[in-house]
Amino acid sequence: MRIGVPRETRDRETRVAATPASVTGLQKLGWSVTVEAGAGERSSIPDEAYTEAGAELGDPWGADVVFAVNTPRSEDLSRLQEGATLVCRVAPAQNEELVADLAGRGITVLATDAVPRISRAQSLDVLSSMANIAGYRAVVEAANHFGRFFTGQITAAGKVPPAKVLVAGAGVAGLAAIGAASSLGAVVRATDPRPEVADQVGSLGGEYLEVVVEGEEAEKSSDGYAKATSEAYDRRAAEIYSEQAADVDIIITTALIPGKPAPRLLTADDVAAMKPGSVIVDMAAGSGGNVEGSQPDEVVVTDNRVTILGETDLATKLPTQASQLYGQNLVNLMKLLTPEKDGELVLDLEDTVQRGMTVAHDGEVMWPPPPVEVSAAPAASEAKEPEPEPEPKEPRSPAWRYGAIAVGLALLFVATAFAPAELAVNLTVFVLAVVIGYYVIGKVHHALHTPLMSVTNAISGVVIVGALVQFGKHSLVVSILAGIAIVLASINIVGGFAVTRRMLSMFTTDPKAAAR
Amino acid sequence: MNPQTAATAAYIVAALLVVMSLAGLSKHETARAGVVYGIAGIAIALVATVVLVAQSITAGAIGLLIGGFVIGGAIGLWRARVVEMTGMPELIALLHSFVGLAAVLVGWNGYLEVEAVGPAQTEVAPNMLGIHSVEVGIGVFIGAVTFTGSIVAFGKLSGRMKSRPLSLPGKNVLNLGALVAFAGLTVAFTISPSIGVIIALTAVALALGWHLVASIGGGDMPVVVSMLNSYSGWAAAASGFLLDNTLLIVTGALVGSSGAYLSYIMCQAMNRSFIAVIAGGFGVESGTTSDVEGEHHEVQADEVAEMLRQATSVIITPGYGMAVAQAQYPVADLTSKLRDKGVEVRFGIHPVAGRLPGHMNVLLAEAKVPYDIVLEMDEINDDFPETSVVLVIGANDTVNPAAEEDPSSPIAGMPVLRVWEAENVVVFKRSMAVGYAGVQNPLFFKEATSMIFGDAKQRVEDIISAL
Repeated sequence: MRIGVPRETRDRETRVAATPASVTGLQKLGWSVTVEAGAGERSSIPDEAYTEAGAELGDPWGADVVFAVNTPRSEDLSRLQEGATLVCRVAPAQNEELVADLAGRGITVLATDAVPRISRAQSLDVLSSMANIAGYRAVVEAANHFGRFFTGQITAAGKVPPAKVLVAGAGVAGLAAIGAASSLGAVVRATDPRPEVADQVGSLGGEYLEVVVEGEEAEKSSDGYAKATSEAYDRRAAEIYSEQAADVDIIITTALIPGKPAPRLLTADDVAAMKPGSVIVDMAAGSGGNVEGSQPDEVVVTDNRVTILGETDLATKLPTQASQLYGQNLVNLMKLLTPEKDGELVLDLEDTVQRGMTVAHDGEVMWPPPPVEVSAAPAASEAKEPEPEPEPKEPRSPAWRYGAIAVGLALLFVATAFAPAELAVNLTVFVLAVVIGYYVIGKVHHALHTPLMSVTNAISGVVIVGALVQFGKHSLVVSILAGIAIVLASINIVGGFAVTRRMLSMFTTDPKAAAR
Repeated sequence: MNPQTAATAAYIVAALLVVMSLAGLSKHETARAGVVYGIAGIAIALVATVVLVAQSITAGAIGLLIGGFVIGGAIGLWRARVVEMTGMPELIALLHSFVGLAAVLVGWNGYLEVEAVGPAQTEVAPNMLGIHSVEVGIGVFIGAVTFTGSIVAFGKLSGRMKSRPLSLPGKNVLNLGALVAFAGLTVAFTISPSIGVIIALTAVALALGWHLVASIGGGDMPVVVSMLNSYSGWAAAASGFLLDNTLLIVTGALVGSSGAYLSYIMCQAMNRSFIAVIAGGFGVESGTTSDVEGEHHEVQADEVAEMLRQATSVIITPGYGMAVAQAQYPVADLTSKLRDKGVEVRFGIHPVAGRLPGHMNVLLAEAKVPYDIVLEMDEINDDFPETSVVLVIGANDTVNPAAEEDPSSPIAGMPVLRVWEAENVVVFKRSMAVGYAGVQNPLFFKEATSMIFGDAKQRVEDIISAL
């Protein structure tokens, strides 16, 4: 069957939904490809490159599947065949009417910007690949408007301090920006409400600025992002932005909340506090802006000479790269949709990824999809096996925790209170020893798990003491049983310690280890 | 001071030394001192006990006691000397079974000394008799569960038993039923102690221990061994209650709780529910094993050598297969050769690689691989995309992408080493058979993956000579 790739019609759009490389990939899956003349022009891909890769030039709208970057214009949509499949960006959450219109046309629409965020689907996640490009480009844009080096240098003409860059939001775009800015030599800091991104920020050379709110920290780390940030948190975050604005040279903001206006991170006062010559790149300008005073697709220079770039779709400024990645994302999508590699489209609505992307099918609106099951076992096996593999645990509330502790202590109290005095002493010793055992292990080094286990094994051979006490006092049977126990337990004690020593001596005769 | 108070004092000293021993074992720097503390603690306990019992038994009996210890000690020493590092898991499992059996014997003796003698007994105050009976029941029960559980673990680890999980219908009901039966028998035993009841109780416990571990797949053995370690501690503690011996209670509880905590750490590493492990029979979620099909790509040793020569960065992810093939020495050799050529070589160790926690670290240390290049999964998992070649040596489930990609896979959700993100992956394997968890591995059919078949040790040596 045939895939059609039209020329994009939207004003600022420079991308195209297929490249010569992706055409080759599609052909391997059994598809033939028709590209509209001039489709790749703005991505610097001449028509000949497509034909060399095996595509035909012609009218793309008659094809069985149409690949586009943006949702085509209404008149183009009417040129689609009955039952055709359209693959493009739709933003279904924001465009309900559009989705209804598409469904009414009897076509199947797969939204490339509605890929479920699960690891299996990463290879076809257009949002990630575009955000990656945008993050890189944001740094390039900032560098373009910034009057100094990024890197610090000591030259014959004097010392140059490195530029300081603050990246707000460490999602895909933010991380790409952090990486690009730090590889240019800047000092990079980053903020994000999810503390777990700290490592990712660090791995790209940035410094993570955590918003620390007293008394709230513990809860935050267990809940992650799911919860809306509290008032105290927001206040502290705003303070951080104000502090940073006065210090850094470049701010790149990437904070977006799907389907909602972008959060306001920098106020006009923060901007006014920045040094003259500073640059702000507001990547959320298209949805309201993270920065007060930013204008979509415009360069604003404030009274104190701070340049604010209001960016809407930075990926279009790297058309060749963006088309290549978009095209490859679509090839990966088609790998999923043509399992037999025979150019026949098979849409499996049971599959979470395919279901998630499908916004219109058979004349029906399919948006929103059912929530993604991340790791739950299939229902059929659950019925048989209700207990193992529970759902990902919900973090327990403090009330639950305190309650459990209280119940446990109460039970212990009752048990001890009704026990005879002799037993109570033993119970005390027992309970304290359990607690010590728990704490004494602490953070065991991973490599020492085996030696630790064999030493505890040797120690548990102390059961020999019991056998020793019983030996030789009563009947012969008791002594024989105790004798066997003594032999067994002593194998354990001596063997356990000997084997532990042997293992540990290997760890230490290692020359490099000894040098450490 | 009389012998009794002296023994009590010695027990306190011994208990403290045991605590110091466990604390010492959690760091490399203090580990050897930890073993010395442990030996000293147990030695003091033994001497004190022997001196104490010497008050009431004949010299001949003392000779027999010491003789028994010498025999057992000699056997233990001999086994510890000759055991291959790869056979460590089996040995430890077997040793656990000894503790379990010893605890059963001590429990039985408790019955024979006290309840079986009847009202004439002088060991236990009459008002404590009921409690004593309960303690006998609990001690025998835990000991017996540990005993058969460890025997099964030993059998599975040493290949004497099939590693596939046993899946009896209604296994949870069986386990629960065994517990109920244990409670019932203990009550019956307390009311009217008789040899028949204690035999029945032992039989129930032996069956439960056997079933608990038999229901667990071989791939989950590291957690099982650690859990049995914990059980053996509880068994010792139960004996302590029985004999009113503080030292046994303290050391048993220490081993029990530290072992349980260790198992808990491992469960977290495997994304398993701790409760499910203790209850036995996890790892048998009867998920649909999706059949992965495709073509794998086979390579020869010289091609792998060529690949390594071009590489700038290599990560080796070993698994139990490396232990089985004794390939750690050639692997260490290969590592030093590559490092001499300026190739960055590191090891990525999955928390449950091998059949014991930390098993791979021990093997690599034995082969003198510097331990600063041996990294944990979390330390290395993000580095795979920048890696030229990954050598997967005898690992399977720990590098299975199905854990992340296929929600219906039995190992879904278990963190794995993301080797498939590297440029090239070479998998050393005997054949295309499935891993211990019985799950097919889509990694083998990925485009960047090459398979090299045969004995891992032999193949690694071939690569070294081709370099």
